Amino acid sequence: MSTANGLNLTLKVWRQKNNKDKGKLESYQVTDISPDSSFLEMMDILNEQLIDEGQDPVAFDHDCREGICGTCSMYINGEAHGPGRGITTCQLHMREFKNGDTIYIEPWRAKAFPVLKDLVVDRSGFDRIMAAGGFISVNTSGNTQDANNIPIPKLEADKAFDAATCIGCGACVASCKNASAMLFVSAKVSQFALLPQGRPEAAERVQNMVKQMDEEGFGNCSNTGACEVECPKGISLENIARMNREYLSASFKAEEA
Amino acid sequence: MSVLDSKIPEGPIKDKWTNHKNNIKLVNPANKRQIDVIVVGTGLAGGSACATLAELGYNVKAFCYQDSPRRAHSIAAQGGINAAKNYQGDGDSTYRLFYDTVKGGDYRSREANVYRLAEVSTNIIDQCVAQGVPFARDYGGLLDNRSFGGVQVSRTFYAKGQTGQQLLLGCYSAMSRQIGKGKIKMYNRHEMVDIVKIDGKARGIIARNLITGEIERHSAHAVVIASGGYGNVFFLSTNAMGSNVSASWKIHKKGAFFANPCFTQIHPTCIPQHGDQQSKLTLMSESLRNDGRIWVPAKKEDAEAIRAGKLKPTDIAEADRDYYLERRYPSFGNLVPRDVASRAAKERSDAGYGVGTNESGEAVYLDFSSAIMRYGQEQANIHGVYDANDAKIRELGEAVVEEKYGNLFQMYEKITADNPYKTPMKIYPAVHYTMGGVWVDYNLMTTIEGCYAIGEANFSDHGANRLGASALMQGLADGYFVLPYTIGDYLADDIRTGAIPTDSPEFDEAEKAVKDQIDFFINNKGSKSVDHFHKRLGKVMWNKVGMARNATGLKEAIEEIKQIRAEFWKDVKVPGTADSMNPELEKAGRVADFLELGELFARDALLREESCGGHFREEHSTAEGEALRDDINFTYAAAWEFKGEPSEAEVHKEGLTYENIELKTRSYK
Repeated sequence: MSTANGLNLTLKVWRQKNNKDKGKLESYQVTDISPDSSFLEMMDILNEQLIDEGQDPVAFDHDCREGICGTCSMYINGEAHGPGRGITTCQLHMREFKNGDTIYIEPWRAKAFPVLKDLVVDRSGFDRIMAAGGFISVNTSGNTQDANNIPIPKLEADKAFDAATCIGCGACVASCKNASAMLFVSAKVSQFALLPQGRPEAAERVQNMVKQMDEEGFGNCSNTGACEVECPKGISLENIARMNREYLSASFKAEEA
Repeated sequence: MSVLDSKIPEGPIKDKWTNHKNNIKLVNPANKRQIDVIVVGTGLAGGSACATLAELGYNVKAFCYQDSPRRAHSIAAQGGINAAKNYQGDGDSTYRLFYDTVKGGDYRSREANVYRLAEVSTNIIDQCVAQGVPFARDYGGLLDNRSFGGVQVSRTFYAKGQTGQQLLLGCYSAMSRQIGKGKIKMYNRHEMVDIVKIDGKARGIIARNLITGEIERHSAHAVVIASGGYGNVFFLSTNAMGSNVSASWKIHKKGAFFANPCFTQIHPTCIPQHGDQQSKLTLMSESLRNDGRIWVPAKKEDAEAIRAGKLKPTDIAEADRDYYLERRYPSFGNLVPRDVASRAAKERSDAGYGVGTNESGEAVYLDFSSAIMRYGQEQANIHGVYDANDAKIRELGEAVVEEKYGNLFQMYEKITADNPYKTPMKIYPAVHYTMGGVWVDYNLMTTIEGCYAIGEANFSDHGANRLGASALMQGLADGYFVLPYTIGDYLADDIRTGAIPTDSPEFDEAEKAVKDQIDFFINNKGSKSVDHFHKRLGKVMWNKVGMARNATGLKEAIEEIKQIRAEFWKDVKVPGTADSMNPELEKAGRVADFLELGELFARDALLREESCGGHFREEHSTAEGEALRDDINFTYAAAWEFKGEPSEAEVHKEGLTYENIELKTRSYK
């Protein structure tokens, strides 16, 4: 049954059985999609349809569906998280599309994010970068000083917060022509560099995280800024500048030692 | 005597935890290195437990179904975390936090556990700040607070509307540090599919690698379940798509009692459902009730006109608005607890005053215009703009509101295409959190020896209703500050056990059962998808086991759920193969468990012939529609023992005694 404003769409979806498969775009039709549906709800409908037809549904990553867990990761019509700024794919709604549109849906493309199946990629490289230095070395014993002992200027605290809102989705890497992870890494480096609690090991942290980033096979930053444009959380390029300063000053310190 | 031993330490309530810590057994650092602990789930409870256990020296194996521990659904918690710091000097104390939590839970939680929670709450804030969690601060550089429902102090610490995210990333950082050291072995994209018991003790789990489909055996000296709540039994909820009851349910089927399943929180402020294609509901933080005022039109004809699209909310004059929470509950107003606010919204909508323009017609307004003007005026004063007109004041006020709730407003606008700065938000209650869960004693151990449950997965601290900003507090309290101590008391006897082999008959048997079920799903070739059954279950749960329940409806629900379950096992269709990434197969296993839980849930609601907290029985209410509790017959936690089928489950009652708080009718008027 078709409703007045339901959308009929052609989907070109990347299908790839596993990491070894070559993969290709397949074409599907979906009909009568409510403009109020989210993009992922549209994918659910496609999958129900495929299951009905006895075909393998499309594997895609998703979880919270409210734009905060960072799990969803589709490259839609050539943009990470699709059209629209400041959103993840789960926050993209079908009202952004017109009846009759053809939509291209692909996985993140980066050497450091191998495809596992269809639209699902392996982002564990981010976890390994975090394990290399994305923390403050304080034990969770609770025997720390009172939380208000060190006042932190609101401006600095707010900047640290803005950097800390990164959801680790990988859109920055997917959008970068070099598949660089600088925005992701710099956001974590900045958050801690801006807080007094993070200063004592700031030099080590930036060096270790950058080293791991390079080992994972992420590319270099050439200041194009595509990452900032596509970042669903609006993480600023300033963080990359700050990380570069931190890195440079860390290398001087290393020479002194 | 009941088979349940809550193991509450002797002594005055304020000394119980300290004395207990002083008296329980310890494991020396060298011996900790010989001991393995499995933690299932990496949200605030699981993540913090992993980090602390690893720091203490245990070998931790952590499991999560997500592709990274950072994505656990704690990340989506918005509003804040409570702690009795009394930074505002407004009379807060450990006792008050304890009192508010017990009262908010409608006197159905265990006093000793709640007191401990209040006691360690302040440590959490200190800990998180030391870890680099960027909480909101005031201009003097100190931590800021706000208020949440059901309390009259400001004790909630926050990081805009992303507090859960910031706290979880703090945990994840602490975990990452231990992963880097090799003290935590992280198993991402792994799902626990059963627990393995040897000689009555939890000694390991069977897990499925969600990438390869491989079934794996993992052994340990203790198993910690931190897999969250079961709100997705309703299909539509604010939980993540993958949130499930399976880990809790698997241990329930092997001997862990499941307590108070009917205690489920329906959160008052969620974005209303748009239609049948909906896959989940989105919460709008309770913190918004600090500044938002909830109303519906006072006249039915206005509500009808709004539903028909002929009137806009901004067309309704102030005098024609019914701020029903402020009217009914003058002393708490818009900040009544969640259960009270939810039922009041349903009452207005059912009475014909709802303003939903969607298919369901159910919604009420959450309006920020007064707050915007109030903040705007304050800013105008601060900046010396004494001649500001309304437009200027509004502009200044909107900036303040954006600073406080910007991400929530943006989230709302993305979903609804309405601008909440200019027009009120439309909200309606939705399933959010489950207070019920695996029964645990004071040490957080379940009725399976060596198997613990922490965070939302257990039942202990929130009684029949959880107060806002207390879930984050409980998750971190359990994981950072409670479990790491209490688990040592048990593990002290295991220092000579050595690594647990996985080639035992117990592992063989558990693995075989898992493989058989997977083979069944793949080979069943039925005609309906997993979601088909899940949606049907959800509808029964929402309509008959939801915000208002009665005996007739509950009995019908029990029969209907049985019916859906029988059909599921006959006719479910799972495409794909067992030995590959197969999200439909994952869902099938989870829905199979929800179909059993749903029935137990309804039975529990039927047994509890009273209204308390989130559990509202229509037969037990006052003429004004307020809940009627029955303390004489129901001051207990109902802990269900699995006996083969949900219909055969046997109830055990843990009597709750109140020695430090007087048991009385909750009033927020």
